[in-house]
Amino acid sequence: MTAIYILVMAFVTYLIRAIPFGCFQKKITSRFLRNFLYYIPYAVLSAMTIPAIFYSTGSVITAAAGTLAALILSFLELPLIAVALAASLAAFVTGFFL
Amino acid sequence: MKKQDFFRGMAHGIPIGLGYLSVSFGFGIMAVKAGLSVLESTLISLTNLTSAGQAAGVDVIASGGTLLEMALVQLTINIRYSLMGLSLSQKLDKSFTFGHRLAASYGITDEIFGVCAAQPEPIRPFYMYGMILTAAVGWVAGTFLGAFAGQLLPPSVSAALGIVLYGMFLAIIVPPAKKQKSVLCVVLAAALLSTVCKYLIPGISGGFAVILCAVSASALGALLFPREEAET
Repeated sequence: MTAIYILVMAFVTYLIRAIPFGCFQKKITSRFLRNFLYYIPYAVLSAMTIPAIFYSTGSVITAAAGTLAALILSFLELPLIAVALAASLAAFVTGFFL
Repeated sequence: MKKQDFFRGMAHGIPIGLGYLSVSFGFGIMAVKAGLSVLESTLISLTNLTSAGQAAGVDVIASGGTLLEMALVQLTINIRYSLMGLSLSQKLDKSFTFGHRLAASYGITDEIFGVCAAQPEPIRPFYMYGMILTAAVGWVAGTFLGAFAGQLLPPSVSAALGIVLYGMFLAIIVPPAKKQKSVLCVVLAAALLSTVCKYLIPGISGGFAVILCAVSASALGALLFPREEAET
């Protein structure tokens, strides 16, 4: 069953990439649609992250510490990988004090 | 020429591949925790090459969602690649034939798009292939290592690594939210809706909650904050 899930995932993801990149040449003209599509990635990532991030380490306290670290460093615009690893490190270190 | 392009693409892909290696390590751990095998986790990374879509896909699998839900979740989360593909299709070299386009489509990710879009000259197929190879090797290898060795790590370490992907998501959304009030409002609306879904509508599956929240927040943003020139 998992194989079918993976197949559907891969197929849909590939088509999303291949159809516009391979075939579509025109520009989207609807202003609403263009705006909507512009906001989609941010909305998706935000909805995926909050509140799930607080349950990502098995302890709400260590997760909150990691979240705080990520928020501060991303506010300072550090590279993605630095923010990601710092969040993890903060959660790890906080774990020692519990 | 082809060889030269390929190696140049590979070189430009090294930072991407290294970044992917550590992030996908977290994905591998997450996937195994959700009940997937090492092979399944690695296969997902090889066939999908995307972070947010894979994380959401694992949620759907873990919660036993329907295939329709899986398709809709992937469509919503990965729709941004359509925009990137559209944008990138405007700056391709003549040598980028239909067949090459279909092959290179596999590797349109946020980072590969970013690097390609920043190139001053038209993009040639083998340049993109080289970059995709380096990036994909990092992504797949990291997933395998995370899924495989994640179980060998002390629980305190593997627990802390569970936050890696989410940390990266924050790093993507916070800088634009800081600069654009419209993005900030959309991000806050999506987070608020998602929190409401989680605690007030316990029956709703994670995948559909993400779709519902993202579509509502983005539509709200498009209505309240229409941008003059909305680019990807």
